[in-house]
Parts: sequence; C-alpha cells; structure tokens
Amino acid sequence: MTKTLLKALMTSAVVAVSASGVTTGAASAAECIAPANPGGGWDFTCRQIGKILFDIGAVDKPVQVTNMPGAGGGLAYNTVVAERGDDADLIVAASSATTTRLAQNAYAGMTADQVRFVGAIGADPGVIAVAADSDIKDLGQMVEMIKADPGSVAFAGGSAVGGFDHLKPLMILKEAGFTDITAVKYIGVDGGADAITQTVGGFTQAMTGDMSEVVSFLSNGDIRVIAVLTDERVPGFEDIPTAKEQGFDVVAVNWRGLYVPKGISDERFEEWAGKLQQVADSDAWAQAMKDNGLAPFTRVGGDFQSYVDGLVSDINAMSKELGVLQ
Amino acid sequence: METLANLALGFSVALSPYTLMLAVIGCFIGTIIGALPGLGPSNGVAILIPISFALGLDATAALVLMTAVYYGAMYGGRISSILLNIPGDEPALMTTLDGYPMAKRGEAGNALVLSGAASFVGAFLATIGLILLAPVLARVAFLFGPAEYFALYLLAFCTLGGMASNNQAKSAIAACIGLGIAMIGVDSTSGLPRLTGGNLHLYDGVDFLVAIVGLFAIAELFFFIESHGKGSSIGVVLDKVKIPWTYIRQTIPTMLRASGVGFVAGVLPGAGASLGSFLAYMTEKSIAGEKGGFGTGVPKGVAAPEAGNNAAAGGALVPMLTLGVPGSGTTAVLLALLMTLNITPGPTLFRDNPDVVWGLIASLLIANVVLLIMNVPMVKIFVKILSVPAWILLPGVTMVSTTGIFALTGSYFDLLMLIGFGVLGYFLRKLDVPTVPVILGILLGGNMEDALRRAMTLSDGDPSYLFSSPIAIGLWIAAIAGFVAPMFLRGILKKPQAVSD
Repeated sequence: MTKTLLKALMTSAVVAVSASGVTTGAASAAECIAPANPGGGWDFTCRQIGKILFDIGAVDKPVQVTNMPGAGGGLAYNTVVAERGDDADLIVAASSATTTRLAQNAYAGMTADQVRFVGAIGADPGVIAVAADSDIKDLGQMVEMIKADPGSVAFAGGSAVGGFDHLKPLMILKEAGFTDITAVKYIGVDGGADAITQTVGGFTQAMTGDMSEVVSFLSNGDIRVIAVLTDERVPGFEDIPTAKEQGFDVVAVNWRGLYVPKGISDERFEEWAGKLQQVADSDAWAQAMKDNGLAPFTRVGGDFQSYVDGLVSDINAMSKELGVLQ
Repeated sequence: METLANLALGFSVALSPYTLMLAVIGCFIGTIIGALPGLGPSNGVAILIPISFALGLDATAALVLMTAVYYGAMYGGRISSILLNIPGDEPALMTTLDGYPMAKRGEAGNALVLSGAASFVGAFLATIGLILLAPVLARVAFLFGPAEYFALYLLAFCTLGGMASNNQAKSAIAACIGLGIAMIGVDSTSGLPRLTGGNLHLYDGVDFLVAIVGLFAIAELFFFIESHGKGSSIGVVLDKVKIPWTYIRQTIPTMLRASGVGFVAGVLPGAGASLGSFLAYMTEKSIAGEKGGFGTGVPKGVAAPEAGNNAAAGGALVPMLTLGVPGSGTTAVLLALLMTLNITPGPTLFRDNPDVVWGLIASLLIANVVLLIMNVPMVKIFVKILSVPAWILLPGVTMVSTTGIFALTGSYFDLLMLIGFGVLGYFLRKLDVPTVPVILGILLGGNMEDALRRAMTLSDGDPSYLFSSPIAIGLWIAAIAGFVAPMFLRGILKKPQAVSD
C-alpha cells in the first residue's frame, strides 16, 4: 500500500516537473498534444481550442495540453500512431506543416493515412513581402525579374528548404510557367520575424511566410506585402492584393486544425468533428482568430479528411516535380 | 524625461504587494532551477507557463513571475558551476573555469558572493541599456546577415584555442567533437536528416542540456564510482561567508567591460547568453594576459562570465521585444508567453502596449534587486549543501538533473543519450581532453554552419561574399588575431595554465 502510494507520488512528482505539464489525470479528461514547445502555432491551437472546448461546455473537464516537441511534429505523430492508436480522448494539433512533411516523407516513412484528420478551424494566409524601400512593386514584376535572372531575387522564410514557406514562391513561379525552380535562391531561417529581418536588412530580396508573422512589421512600415495567397482579400487587410487577382492562381494557407488516432470509432470521430464545429462557431474563437491574424477556414469531419488527402497528394506530386523529393 | 515617465508607468503596473510577492517567489524558484544541472532558464520558464495559466494570473503578474524566474535562473546557474564544477545551465559553463578552482581553494563563499554581485551589475546595466537603447539597437539586427553571423561565430571558435587546456591540440579535438555532434539532426538548409540513423528522436539534434549534464554530472558520477567514492573532486573547503569587498572593488572594471560585451552579444539574435559569457571571459582573459592567471581561480575569471551572461540575458530581450526575434532559448520561451497572452512582440510593441513593455522592464529591475538581496544570505544555505557527503550529494544531483532531462521531451531516449555523454565525458577526462570546447562546439556549431550555408546560397558559392561588409571584415580580423596571437605570445610568455580538475 505504502509502496504503491510512494510510487504514485513519485510518478506525479516526475510528471509535475515535466516541462510539458503532462498529466494523465482522470480517464475522461481529454488531452491535446502540441507537437512543439510552448509558444508556436501548434501550442496555440491546443491551448485555445482546449480552453474554448471547456468554456463552451463541449468537454466536462479542462483539456490537458501536452507539449511533445521533436522532429517537426514527427515524434508526436509516431507516438500517436505507435502507442496511442485507439485513445478516444486524444486530439493532436496539426497544420499545413504536418501535411507538407507527411507528403514529403519527412516523418521517417509514416504516412498521412495512419491518423484521422478531424478538422481545421482557421488559417494563416500565405504572404510574399518585400522591404518597404524595395524596387519590387508587385508580384508580376518579381516573377519577370526571376524569369530574366533566377538569382536576382533571394527569398527568406521560416521553414527549411522544401518546407511550406519555400513552396509558396515556387508555386507562384510554376503557375507563371517558370520551370528552372532549383535556380531560385531560398534560405530557411529561424522563423518569420527573422526572415523579415534579413529582408529589411537587404540580405534577401523577399520574405515568404504567413500573415501573422508580418502584421506588426507591416503596421510599422518596414515592409510591403505584395501578395496574399488566398481566394479573397483578407478582412482587415483589404489593401493587400491576392496573387489570384495579379494573375497567379495560387492559394496557400497555413490551416490550423487537429488530428485524432486512427483506431477510434466513427461515432467518436464525428463527435470530435462536431465539438470542433462548436468551437469554430464560438465568439471566443472569432476573437482569438482576430488577435492572431488568422482568417476563417472551417472544414470538419469527412470533408476535412478528403481535403487533407487531396493536399497531401498535391504536395507530394509537386515536391517530386520540384525535386525536393525523389 | 519621457523615459522616466514611462518607467513610472511600468512601476505602477509592476509594483504592488501581490506582484512583489510573485517576484520574490519567482526569484527563489528561478535560482533553484538555475542551480540544478539539467534544468536551465528555458525549461524553467517553460514549466511555469502552464502553472501561471492554472493560477489564472493576468498578463502583468505572469510577466513578473516569468522574468523573475528568468533572471533568477541566470543567477542560479553559477551556483553548481562554482560548487560542483557542473554548470547549472549552458551560460554558466564559463564560470566553472575559475569559480570551481576558487571553491576548491576554500573560497566558495567569496566566489558565490562575487559572482552574485557581478550578475547584479551585468543584469542591471543590461536593463538600463534595454531602457535607453532598445529602439536604436533593434536596427543593429538589420546589419547582421549570414556573412556577419558566420564571422561572429568564427571569432568565438578562433579564441577557443587558448582556453581550457594547456594543450591546444586537445582543445581543437574537443571542439571538433562538439562540431560533429552539432551536425546531427535535420539539416535546415536541405531539410534532410543527417547522422540520425533514421531515429526520430535525433531529428532535432542533441540538446545542450543533455550534453552538459552527461559530460559533467554523469561523468563525475562515473569517476566517483571508479574510485569507490574517494577520488571525486567534489569536497571543497568551507569558509565563513562574508562579503569580499576587495574582490568586488578589484573586479569593477572587469564587470563593466564584461557587461558591455555580454549585452552586445545578447542583442544579436540567435547568439545569446552563452556567447555573451564566453566572449566576456575571453576578452578579460586577453586583457589580463598570461599573468592574469585565468583558469586558476581568479576573481576576475568569475566576475567576467557572470556579468557577461546576465548582461546578455538582458540584451537578448531587445530583439525579442522589438523584432519578435528571440536572442536566446529562454527569450524564445518568454516570446511564447507573450504570444499566449495575446501580445505580439515586434516593432509596434513599444507603441501599442507601453504598459506591458514598461511593466516588464520594471519587473526586471525589481527581480534584479530582489535577487541581489536574496542571494547574499542564501549563499550560506548553498555552501551548507557542501557539507552533505558526496555520496549523497552526487546521486541526488544526478537524480534531479535526470528528471530535468526527461522533462525536455518526455522520452527515455534522452536518458540513454545522457548516459552516452557520461561515458564520453569519462573517457575525455581520462585522456585529459577538456569538455568545455565540446559543449561550445555543440552550442555554436549548428548556428555557424547555417550562417555559412545561407551565405553560400545567397552568393552562389562565392567565398568573397563572406568579406563583403565592414562588420564582417572587422570580425574576421579579430578572429584571425584571436587565433594567431596566442601562438606568438606563447613564445614570449609562459605556457597557459591548465584547469586543475
């Protein structure tokens, strides 16, 4: 008895010390894994959705957020697939980065069909920005410059080579009929803010990233956003033209959503999808999106799963075409 | 005048009995976290973020608590460096070089009080610098491109030669081992995994804390076991704790210079506190020359890295607040905290959220004073720890640090790696190869490589790009001088002192 108690105490002590704040707790409390350290987009997804789920009464107990950084989300993916494949109370934060990495086989052989994507409720629109004093006025001019001399425009972005930020300008160039994409210069730095610093400093000519990353630099007048990669202009940023209206039919958004383990029942999957829809419809989420530069983007349940399947096969095909994947 | 008014605003936000209490608690927890090997400021702050949410703290209160923990950890890191020769966190690495020899000589109390004072000076000056210079300094980040960063890291490696060993070749080998370990993980330039053996746990590379705890604490444990508990280097002589005014007076110029060096290193995004303390130490070492006796337990060798790393901690807040680019691992976590409070740091933060910025600055000043007051009497407690026999102390430290490491990712893999590093540290020490350059290789190697590869991408592989700006050229000259000078000086002066270990 004492031994068990001691064991329990030890376990809880270890657990409490853990940076991730892991708590197994009672069986019915839902857990959200953020596959990154506190502070990133995935952590935000878990904390905001978790909080709203509880506040609106969609779950009985506060959602426990576990940070499981590693391998760009691969570690969490592996854990869910291998160890928690039928945990009905588990949700995991995901974004475009998750599907990009799955499509590019960056999770050590794991594939997108090993989990179920339950829904996305918000998206960070992709942007291409230049320094405020840059000669580049619009997307068309930039594309012409690259066509004339592929080395003339170097891009900086927050993802590694072949990552989503890198793919954005390449998608535009491909749309414009430019095929020598390996000649386009791209450096991957530590996040969008760093990419802007390099661009404002004149070390690179353009920044590729998400809307949320450029907002404060935009209002400060350091940079100009020459294109946003959405279907429509983004509410609140009506003066920024879309790539589409400049003649390049490219839509690239960084959606924020969740996946669940493969082994849960269809009822449970639909239940999670319904809860997510509730969050999407809440005022609290509308406010959270506004505060964080997200645009509405709600797709849940089977609809979202088929969207993800399409996305993965598109990115996979494009990555092969671009040469970032053999 | 405006600054003073802003500061008054900050204090009005941060100064209430409740927030003061949080500051005291935060400083205490932070000091403990910093002192425990394996728990550094970044995971200390990361642990407390969920707690501050659970307590329902508002933005100001959460900020006060976190900054107190942050500064507390920067103070605390020195304690185990001095007492156990195990750095409490990565910026405290350099403090082992002179702090531990001092403690072995029976001056543990002096070393602790002196380093506390140096920490205060560094942190205080950096906070003042943050107040006065933040908007100006933010522009400095725009001047540093890949070529400049590469030259900066090169400077750090070039000055490595003269440190930590009387055998330059062994230092170089150790640095190369560190650089090799830094290559493990996903290569950010190609996006492909290197040297991971397909193991997902290695995709993010090797965490510094795992390396530090393994190379220092676990290796120490192996030595302890080997000698059946007799050969451990732990067991310093206790002395009476009083304030060593002479030392403090002697080292004032050192502290001022080191604060300046550390602050600048902290301001540069990505360089951070470790580079700050390293450059501060090397600057002071070269100013003092061979006669300075750096590495043998001189007060200046304790004051310089501590003033340097605390100043760098303050400096690192500049790019974090003004650009949203964290200057160090811990500021990355603080950035995370601000973002979860729905505050987005960036160029407009000072304009849009003056209460947050000045509240933060005021809480830094408060935390700093609290820490100074707290640390002098607490030195007695920490020195008392030494009277605990090594056979209890060492396994205890190992247990706590192992738990801390487990907390990093919650995976057992890091623990296996920890033991691996312990074995490596054991053999390196047997071969008299210093371990400090290994850690520096791991800490700085990845950044240096990234900077070089980015520079080569931008220039189409043209090496002359690396010398394309006055800043880069200046850093190259300093680096070459730092590398060559000791070779010639050695002929004139005596051999550098070995670290007594």
